[in-house]
Amino acid sequence: MNAMEAVSDIGSPAQPLLTIRGLQKHFPLKKDPLGRGGGVVRAVDGVDFEVLKGETLGVVGESGCGKSTTARLLMQLIAPTAGEVIFDGRAVGSRDLPLKAFRRQVQMVFQDSYASLNPRLTIEDSIAFGPQVHGVARNEAVHRARDLLARVGLEPQRFAERYPHELSGGQRQRVNIARALALQPRMVILDEAVSALDKSVEAQVINLLLDLKAEFGLTYVFISHDLNVVRYMSDRVMVMYLGQVAEIGPSHPLYKAPAHPYTRALLSSMPSMDPDHRTEEAALAGDPPNPIDPPSGCRFHPRCALAAPVCSQRVPARVIADSRQAVSCLIHEPGSGHPMAQALAQAA
Amino acid sequence: MSAFPAPISASTVSPLPMQRSRGYWTSALLRFTRDPVAMGAALVVLLLIALAVFGPWLAPADPYQSSMLKRLKPIGTEGLPLGSDELGRDMLSRLIVGARLSLFIGITPVICAFVLGAAIGILAGYAGGIVNTAIMRTIDVFYAFPSVLLAIALSGVLGAGVVNSLISLTIVFIPQIARVAESVTTQVRGRDYVEAARASGADAFTIVRVHVLGNVLGPIFVYATSLIAVSMILASGLSFLGLGVKPPEPEWGLMLNTLRTAIYVQPWVAALPGVMIFVTSISFNLLSDGLRSAMDNKG
Repeated sequence: MNAMEAVSDIGSPAQPLLTIRGLQKHFPLKKDPLGRGGGVVRAVDGVDFEVLKGETLGVVGESGCGKSTTARLLMQLIAPTAGEVIFDGRAVGSRDLPLKAFRRQVQMVFQDSYASLNPRLTIEDSIAFGPQVHGVARNEAVHRARDLLARVGLEPQRFAERYPHELSGGQRQRVNIARALALQPRMVILDEAVSALDKSVEAQVINLLLDLKAEFGLTYVFISHDLNVVRYMSDRVMVMYLGQVAEIGPSHPLYKAPAHPYTRALLSSMPSMDPDHRTEEAALAGDPPNPIDPPSGCRFHPRCALAAPVCSQRVPARVIADSRQAVSCLIHEPGSGHPMAQALAQAA
Repeated sequence: MSAFPAPISASTVSPLPMQRSRGYWTSALLRFTRDPVAMGAALVVLLLIALAVFGPWLAPADPYQSSMLKRLKPIGTEGLPLGSDELGRDMLSRLIVGARLSLFIGITPVICAFVLGAAIGILAGYAGGIVNTAIMRTIDVFYAFPSVLLAIALSGVLGAGVVNSLISLTIVFIPQIARVAESVTTQVRGRDYVEAARASGADAFTIVRVHVLGNVLGPIFVYATSLIAVSMILASGLSFLGLGVKPPEPEWGLMLNTLRTAIYVQPWVAALPGVMIFVTSISFNLLSDGLRSAMDNKG
């Protein structure tokens, strides 16, 4: 008997597959011998969002904005400082959904295809490891690993008994995808999964991911700094800045008419293929501020082209989980005291 | 949206030479055989092991037979190719027969310390946090003493004798091996494949067995090999101080000790046990260097 059946939906199709509420992760800093220092790095600082069944949620942002930390928090690889992760209506780690059961249903593909494969195991053993953990017999698990290899475009007879260092980056990433799928998950987190690949290989792997999503009815969280790829992959996009959500919404409207000044700056940094569509918007200058000591008020105000005095004093309302489209910016908060917000409120 | 071309299977894109892939250990062995220095060292080590196993049958004379008439003869004397010691015993026979005891007390503590030290270090490295701190700070207490001093102190407390000197040397090496094991394990624990294994729901024991051991035992083993030379020298030192092997047993360290009074009379003969210790320790060191580079498969 197969010890591992695919898990089907619990709630209705309308119930979000994943709900994140008030997620925080603060990494404490070491104090020096005199007891000085010892602050915290606010890597993820109050994040709420939902991932709907069958969608691809893209997550974008600069390096260090908390994308990868969020992914690791979703996977329960690190413990959150605060906040909850609810999977298909059940809190992860509760009696209803023990960690091991959750992990079968959510898998991850990492950026570094080489570091994410054990150099001492053949690739079929790497793929077969997960199912064996969940009680599948070795023969059955290896058999399934070979089927998956074929499915991700690697001939099992040629590749199954190879070691990771004998494969190219694109081939290794296909192995990592097969490994993630071996547990028949419902959701896959792709943390910069295609970022390290050559453009041509990247395109192949992206198309493979889209095919697999349709075939297995998967839900993706697609984390990337590549705005073009995110646009191509995603149904909805979440923009993160310094550990918080700046803006979230369906990908078409968001790319067409970004509401948050940060999203606008980010999108204008994306070279357009069409000379008539060159943006005049100022590109983003400087580095993101230090997450140990984030700016007061709106975290984006020191780099924001539209910042007003109020932006350094007042914290914009956080994007909340159940809104389809939302932005965390004082300009879009009527009566916030921002000169442009006033105008908006009167116009409305 | 047709920004990306239709999927092409990876195997059609980049055909690799299709020989059946060699296993990790096979290719490491192949690299090792291509390293002349390491192969030379391995040959010397094999010879020494042969001496240790077959010594009593190879020795031309009785290593315990003393003769007042033949005391401290020089190298090349008739019937005494490597001269004789202060009691007129055949040096060649004593050096050959002494290989067994010298290698035994050099290698045994390293094997014991490898097993225990690796276990402690992997536990500390994988557990991390407070368990790591507790174990490693305790280890540091031992590490704070110079190893010679610690070995002498422990042997002194336990009392003289071969078994006690083996125990004290084992205790000396455990912290050193545990440290290496801990640092390698800490590195491996942070790799993505260990994260992926955790993400698949495996428990700590399974992850250590499948994903950690195979990747840390190699480097720990190489480090332990390099300790064999140190162990031989320390063991010889303990014998030299009268804390290890007792006369009249032939053991190189002890022989060096008893012959030191003859250093002005027969310097070449007196130096022979030292030469044996030197050759053994340098061979083990070169062997471990060769193993280290052969096991590095980043090529």
